[in-house]
Amino acid sequence: MIYLAIVFLPLIGAIIAGFFGRMMGPRPAELVTTGLLLVAAALSWIVFVRVGIGHETARVVVMRWITSGDLDVSWALRIDTLTAVMLVVVTTVSSLVHVYSIGYMHEDEHRQRFFAYLSLFTFAMLMLVTSDNLLQMFFGWEGVGLASYLLIGFWYKKPEANAAAIKAFVVNRVGDFGFALGIFGLFFVFKTINLDPLFAAAPSAVGKSMNFFGYQVDILTTIALLLFMGAMGKSAQFLLHTWLPDAMEGPTPVSALIHAATMVTAGVFMVARLSPIFELAPAALQVVTLIGALTAFFAATVGLVQNDIKRVIAYSTCSQLGYMFVACGIGAYTAGIFHLFTHAFFKALLFLGAGSVIHAMHHEQDMRNMGGLAPKIRFTYAMMLIGTLALTGVGIPHVAGFAGFHSKDAIIEAAYAAHTPYNYAFWTLVAAAFMTSFYSWRLIFMTFHGKSRADHETFDHAHESPPVMLVPLAVLALGAVLSGFVFTKYFIGTAYSAGAVDPYKLFWGKAIYEGPNNHIMHAMHDIPGWVGWAPFAAMASGLALAWVYYIQAPWLPAATARAFRPLYLFLLNKWYIDELYDAVFVRPAMWLGRFFWKRGDGAVIDRTIDGTASGVAGSRARR
Amino acid sequence: MTIANSPLLSIVTFLPLLGAAFICILPKDADGNARYVALWTTLVTFIVSLLIWINFDITSGSFQFVEEQAWLGPIKYKMGVDGISMLFVILTTFLMPLCVLASWESVDDRVKEYMVAFLVLETMMIGVFCALDLILFYLFFEAGLIPMFLIIGIWGGKRRVYASFKFFLYTLLGSVLMLLAMMAMYWHAGTTDIVTLLDTKFPRDMQFWLWFAFFASFAVKMPMWPVHTWLPDAHVEAPTAGSVILAAILLKMGGYGFLRFSVPMFPLATQELATFVFALSVIAIIYTSLVALAQEDVKKLIAYSSVAHMGYVTMGIFTVTAQGLDGAIFQMLSHGIVSAALFLCVGVVYDRMHTREIAAYGGLVHRMPIYAFCFMVFTMANVGLPGTSGFVGEFLTLLGAFKVNTAVAALATTGVILSACYALWLYRRMIFGELDKPGLRGISDMSLREIAVMAPLVVLTILFGVYPAPVLDVTAMSVKKLVSNYEAAVRPTAALLAR
Repeated sequence: MIYLAIVFLPLIGAIIAGFFGRMMGPRPAELVTTGLLLVAAALSWIVFVRVGIGHETARVVVMRWITSGDLDVSWALRIDTLTAVMLVVVTTVSSLVHVYSIGYMHEDEHRQRFFAYLSLFTFAMLMLVTSDNLLQMFFGWEGVGLASYLLIGFWYKKPEANAAAIKAFVVNRVGDFGFALGIFGLFFVFKTINLDPLFAAAPSAVGKSMNFFGYQVDILTTIALLLFMGAMGKSAQFLLHTWLPDAMEGPTPVSALIHAATMVTAGVFMVARLSPIFELAPAALQVVTLIGALTAFFAATVGLVQNDIKRVIAYSTCSQLGYMFVACGIGAYTAGIFHLFTHAFFKALLFLGAGSVIHAMHHEQDMRNMGGLAPKIRFTYAMMLIGTLALTGVGIPHVAGFAGFHSKDAIIEAAYAAHTPYNYAFWTLVAAAFMTSFYSWRLIFMTFHGKSRADHETFDHAHESPPVMLVPLAVLALGAVLSGFVFTKYFIGTAYSAGAVDPYKLFWGKAIYEGPNNHIMHAMHDIPGWVGWAPFAAMASGLALAWVYYIQAPWLPAATARAFRPLYLFLLNKWYIDELYDAVFVRPAMWLGRFFWKRGDGAVIDRTIDGTASGVAGSRARR
Repeated sequence: MTIANSPLLSIVTFLPLLGAAFICILPKDADGNARYVALWTTLVTFIVSLLIWINFDITSGSFQFVEEQAWLGPIKYKMGVDGISMLFVILTTFLMPLCVLASWESVDDRVKEYMVAFLVLETMMIGVFCALDLILFYLFFEAGLIPMFLIIGIWGGKRRVYASFKFFLYTLLGSVLMLLAMMAMYWHAGTTDIVTLLDTKFPRDMQFWLWFAFFASFAVKMPMWPVHTWLPDAHVEAPTAGSVILAAILLKMGGYGFLRFSVPMFPLATQELATFVFALSVIAIIYTSLVALAQEDVKKLIAYSSVAHMGYVTMGIFTVTAQGLDGAIFQMLSHGIVSAALFLCVGVVYDRMHTREIAAYGGLVHRMPIYAFCFMVFTMANVGLPGTSGFVGEFLTLLGAFKVNTAVAALATTGVILSACYALWLYRRMIFGELDKPGLRGISDMSLREIAVMAPLVVLTILFGVYPAPVLDVTAMSVKKLVSNYEAAVRPTAALLAR
């Protein structure tokens, strides 16, 4: 019952606000949706304790869905530790974002619709994380895609918002193309797409091959890669990342909820959920690691030079998702989920903080027009500082620190222990950590420090946000400070606890599968001492460099950009990937469409038909 | 007399004809009455048809409600439905009242004749799905052309004459071949009884040319690439209700024909030629989706999207797997609901603005929020979003295809990307953006009548997406029978080939 309540309360809220919102007015719609989500969040924490500490698991069948031949899929909820973690993340951040939005959206005349969409999104996301079969996961998967589309395009008068919404949906569909094929493949091989039977049957397919596109391919590797393609789309990994920065056209609470804390982590969740399959496909895991590392690096480089405050955080999200995939790729699934968990708090905090800044600046988002805001909005400044400390992973090596220190450094250490070729995963992540630190502090310095670059009127009118927006910030800040320290031993264990009854194994139960040869969670606690200091050094030097560039010598950024102009442009234009796709996919598709229509249908087919018809008519006339 | 052996099918089939006759004897200026007679006739027909659904035995894969009468020599009047045909009857009777309502105000010229044409058309369409005799089937199949031809030719748009002749020529061409094939079948088997013919084993060589003869007719109806070009023209010129029936029912006759004749009667040919059909289906999905992307006329865009969606149907049917066939039938029913709804949506704004040009619209959501909501639901169903009826059919057909041929499945799956492109792009151009066209400033949201037409379609789209069991349960046994018969017929050859 409690599980059904968590999942369906947001749907009820969405229906009430969506269909009756205009009748009941904005305030009741806000209160209903927010209230129901707060209840769902409270219930989720109860479930978290019951499942994580009490080791309860459950499977709740709701009703039949699709039955056809030997295919039998139901709507069903699956509750284990992985689900419980996701429930907590989704409902907590979502309820806080609901509360925050009451303040942030208070001038918008379509608030009811906004809250309906937010709750609808939450419902779809909950369906995704509780699914007991791949089809329901796909339902949630595309459902969050729909909600994301609606919310990115919420301000439907703006052409950029509309374009970004369509782009998000279509790029995700490219990923879903792979996800769908992966599901077909699993059903083809195992005759089921329900998780438990699938996990039981998967080992029987090790080393076997099937025909795909005329080639004999390894079954599990191919399927895992196809599924991962879906994860790449949803989690904005390199090559399918282009939609995420554009998605910042949506209202800022949306960016915090969907495009930072929850939806974009669905890909990581999927890989962890399907760990019994991925563990049997080592080649696929290598690809996961590679793509993850590449994304972590790529997005960080682009983040260095962006000027839009939200886009900096967006690229940061993209980069952090790369970290999580690296963790999954090397078999440290629980470390990946741990980072997902902590990241949800501090990244939502950063986005909502940025929203507070934008609110204060009357919808100015360009950091070049900010500066010196710290005294004006002290509370927001403090919150953003905490978020930055958590993201950059400030802490005392081998002791304790902010959330990111525990989770991100755990991934970096695991990457070292995994011994990828040339230790590339480790070094890339350390480099990305350096850049993370640089762009995060750059954001803080450009926004809050130095002299104001805003026009006088805006600066003078800059004001702190109302309490309804600040309280959620404070709650998230609490998570950003404590979530790492408190939960480390449950999520990943500690060096001292790696004994017979490892607390992390108790915590996860059977939710995550680690193959017999996967000792990464053990090995990551058993590494040279300097490895623990490497991310610390990266973080500290990033901070120092940002200090020099944006506080000590503010003329340096422009000079550097001039000196390395081609590189600067390359980064500023996001490696020209959008331009590449436009030339390779978008234009040719439009051209082909017109060509087929005018030449194919028009000139060839119709002329043949009309010609035949008039030929027949003509010969009759002659007779 | 119990319901199961009462002549329910004949009642459902000929009630509309009765209504048509009644309209004919109405006085000349009774346009309003004609509308009400048509509405009541179609409503009663729908209610009676529901009795069939309620009393349908889903544990049986055989024909039910069978009626048999001697008629012209060897040709019998024989009617019956099984799990494959039953829901098409319901779809037809369900959509007709909506079509009458949708034409309530938009048709004001020769209303009596218009309603008569629609009611006659309904009889013919129901007849097609119920007929269990080759010749009876053929008569219904061909006779249905005439009212549709008239509906396009008389109540259509500017180029209606070109469109209606193109429609007529195309479909007639295929039909001639089908008639020849039917005669050959009679000479071979000595009967035109479909139930008997389903158990008849035709010689291998004969199967091939019979298969092609039927294929010519059904492929045009479907329509499959490359004989699809009549459809966009017909849709563009047809009045709204004409487009609805064309897309929702008439196209399904092609798919139904494949299921009733081609696959079960000519299994050996089906097995050999499946790859050929797959190729055409995949081309249809990709080619017409790309063409849809380039359209500037709303109705043309939806027409091309229909062709692409029918590609999934033909692909699913010729996998001859449980999922492929279930999916194909489901896809046809779902498309019957969704494409009907999309054409009705176009009709709503066409009645106000009298243009089908996409560029003439934009920002409709400002003035028409209810309309925007309905259009969004159907757009998402068209895109195949899980949770809408559009997803179930697409998913099942692709699942079936993957079992048979991974390359076909993979290529066809690209359709889900392309459909998102054209459908969302259309929605964005018509509904979102600023409302800056002067003509649109005063546009009003849907009236109660229009909401009444749209609401059942919205409900069904979501209901069948979340709970498709009512449909899948009906089709399950007949599909199972079809698959096992097919496999039994094909297996000896497979064994021979393996040797």
